[in-house]
Amino acid sequence: MTTSLQEELRNLPPQKLEVEGISKTFRTKRNRSVVRALEDVTVRVNEGEYVCLVGRSGCGKTTLLNLIAGLDRPDSGRILVEGTPIKGPGRDRMVMFQETALFPWLDVTGNVLYGLKLKPNLTPKDRREVARFYIEMVGLDEFEHASIHELSGGMQQRVALARALAPNPRILLMDEPFGALDALTREQLYGDIQEIWLKRRKTIVFVTHNVREAVCLGDRVLLFAPNPGHLVGEFKIDLPRPRDINSVELAEYSSTITRALKGYDPKEEVAE
Amino acid sequence: MKRVVSSIVFFASIVLVWYGLVRLGIWSSVLLPSPVSVGEYLYHETIDGVLPGAMWVTFRRLMVGYFIGLALGLPLGFLSAFFRVFQDTVGLIALGFQTLPSVCWIPLALLWFGQTESAMLFVVIMGSLGSVIIATETGVKNLPPIYVRAARTMGSKGIHTLLTVVLPASLPYLVSGMKQGWAFAWRSLMAAEIYVTILTGFGLGQLLHYGRELHAMEQVIGVMLVIVLLGLLVDKVLFSPWERSLHRRWGKAQ
Ligand SMILES: Nc1ncnc2c1ncn2[C@@H]1O[C@H](COP(=O)(O)OP(=O)(O)OP(=O)(O)O)[C@@H](O)[C@H]1O
Ligand SMILES: [Mg+2]
Repeated sequence: MTTSLQEELRNLPPQKLEVEGISKTFRTKRNRSVVRALEDVTVRVNEGEYVCLVGRSGCGKTTLLNLIAGLDRPDSGRILVEGTPIKGPGRDRMVMFQETALFPWLDVTGNVLYGLKLKPNLTPKDRREVARFYIEMVGLDEFEHASIHELSGGMQQRVALARALAPNPRILLMDEPFGALDALTREQLYGDIQEIWLKRRKTIVFVTHNVREAVCLGDRVLLFAPNPGHLVGEFKIDLPRPRDINSVELAEYSSTITRALKGYDPKEEVAE
Repeated sequence: MKRVVSSIVFFASIVLVWYGLVRLGIWSSVLLPSPVSVGEYLYHETIDGVLPGAMWVTFRRLMVGYFIGLALGLPLGFLSAFFRVFQDTVGLIALGFQTLPSVCWIPLALLWFGQTESAMLFVVIMGSLGSVIIATETGVKNLPPIYVRAARTMGSKGIHTLLTVVLPASLPYLVSGMKQGWAFAWRSLMAAEIYVTILTGFGLGQLLHYGRELHAMEQVIGVMLVIVLLGLLVDKVLFSPWERSLHRRWGKAQ
């Protein structure tokens, strides 16, 4: 049985994500000491909600995303998608990694196709159509056959977004996707990602260092603190969308949150 | 263009100095033949078909041995990158082989295979195998783990990940390993041809050997030139462009 192209291109409804009492420790390679990356973290994300995680380096944000993605297993606690515990990675949860994880040996289309090729019940022709659909969505139609190294950092992140959207996931996990980009490129992407999210509603968990970015994009902002990594607070952002990163209301929100973050950790250094 | 000119000027002046030294007559022409007589040797032996014949014999041995070396070395390299057991066994032997100068294989090869083509092949294979294994192992081990993780989130696993991610991602290292393996195969074969005098075919090494026996210095120098040129050619035409384009594409600026 094959899925028709129309069916495939329809956005699957987003799903609820529950992280229940997750703990995770690592042993360092050097002296085998224990790092408590996460301790008893509980997070609930509603279907279609955009949640941002903020906290200083080393507070376990990437660890949490990896656990949700199913790439690592927690020491204790469980993760549920729509009430069902996850077992390893799944196409329902796609990831945009902190580092560039695009495959340099494939061109733009090849990268977007990679996940689609692993999806059964699609004809090769439909897979190409689907890939083109998402490449167009992120605005790279003219670069379909470009090599990854020919693209700017911002364009590479667009490809990564297209690659993550292509298998039609219910949940999108984004780990500082714009961390390495300059301010102007980032501002452009804030606009684009909001627009895309309105069209392709996903449940999003978005990690960032940048409080302003979190306020601009999130429905809720969760604050993390390190040693051990745990949740210390949360803010609901009641601002209409699309939001402008330079607006005054947004600045007020972010200064409140930054102050709160500093309160939890005197060493906190976050970009406002 | 400028680089070509400076190369030409450099080599032309070497030949000139060489010619001048011969004309001064400090050394006997048996020890230092003039560039002209080396040129004549190369010209005549090419016309006669001796040099092309020897090149073909050498080339065939090299190809056969090298490809067997690759066919054994690449999988063994992968195995020792993935499995501790292989790393501690095969990997260790490979490291040992790599440090062993390839001439050292010749006595063993002669005792096992006698003066045969097999002895020749054996030396080439053993000479290149170690470096191919080591380079493959290093390449696979140094892969950024992020690629495999990304593939796993998209539903890839097992052999699919190996073929669609690990293999292409480590290609730049594999090519460096292949290049190194080639260099070692080439060295091994020359050593083998100089020491193993067989009648199933005269390679460049054997021409070199007989040049010495006959005190034909122009032959010795001529054949050495051919060997150097062939080595350069393979590097410049085959491996370097391939390596460069891979490195550029994979984003590892050189
Ligand atoms: N594979 C690992 N082995 C050992 N320690 C690890 C491993 N992964 C993470 N850690 C440790 O766990 C802690 C949390 O790491 P994590 O990468 O989740 O932080 P982060 O919040 O994403 O930081 P950043 O903002 O810098 O990306 C750190 O102290 C880190 O050193
Ligand atoms: Mg991180």
